[in-house]
Amino acid sequence: MTSLQIIFLVVAALTLVSACLVVMTRRIMHAALWLVLSLMGVAMVYATLQSGFFAVVQVLVYIGAISTLIIFAVMMTRNVMEDVGPQSNRGWGLALVGSAVLFGGICGVLLTWNGMQTALIEIPAVNGENIQMLGLSLVDPMGFLIPFEVASVLLLAAMVAAIFLTGDIKRSRS
Amino acid sequence: MIPISWYLIFSAALFCIGLYGVLSRKNSVAILMGVELMLNSASINLLAFWHYYSQIRQAPQMDSQVFVIVVFAVAAAETAVGLALIISAYRKRQSVVANDLSELKG
Repeated sequence: MTSLQIIFLVVAALTLVSACLVVMTRRIMHAALWLVLSLMGVAMVYATLQSGFFAVVQVLVYIGAISTLIIFAVMMTRNVMEDVGPQSNRGWGLALVGSAVLFGGICGVLLTWNGMQTALIEIPAVNGENIQMLGLSLVDPMGFLIPFEVASVLLLAAMVAAIFLTGDIKRSRS
Repeated sequence: MIPISWYLIFSAALFCIGLYGVLSRKNSVAILMGVELMLNSASINLLAFWHYYSQIRQAPQMDSQVFVIVVFAVAAAETAVGLALIISAYRKRQSVVANDLSELKG
């Protein structure tokens, strides 16, 4: 067992434990903080996959932006569900059974695949971490220029929608 | 050196944990956290198969990396709009429990 495998196992265990705590903790603020730890573990898993760029983007986008948004939303809506009463609904047993069955099904399907035991060896990179190729393919009209532009339009639309939904000052006055 | 099966089983476990959170939580913000976990597991799968495919082709391929970038953008947009909807509903109803928001039920 190499050191990379040990690192992966430790990080995966950390991520899964904190993900379990995200879905099971009673206090919603603690769940948001455990979510940060879980996303950090996912970023480390990206780093073991020779995609350091995505590890950095994960830290920036998920931990920097999305977690902040979630923590803000938790703080703005906290007084309604202040930790009394059950935090999960009546069908949680069914949800647990369904998730476990889905996990078993996915593993069963995966084990029938031939390439399952392929070891991921290091890819010979042309320039560092392939960032240059990725950037060029994003602005290449024969490559992925259109998906890139569509994603930016989607972000713009989401920004307009978020401002419109939360800033309804004018409508409440009329 | 790490077998691809480890990544796939890890992301399947993460996806199922997120699915359990989505199905069982009452608080809408907690449901969004479960969705985040599921999106992350999908990105891990995409990057694992990117590595596998590039290894077979003996050169880095860019297709699935662009896919992961699009997944990140969609996740950011989804979280922003979802939290805006939750806060908007909270202003009108003073509640973030998903069971209470049933006005559109047939």
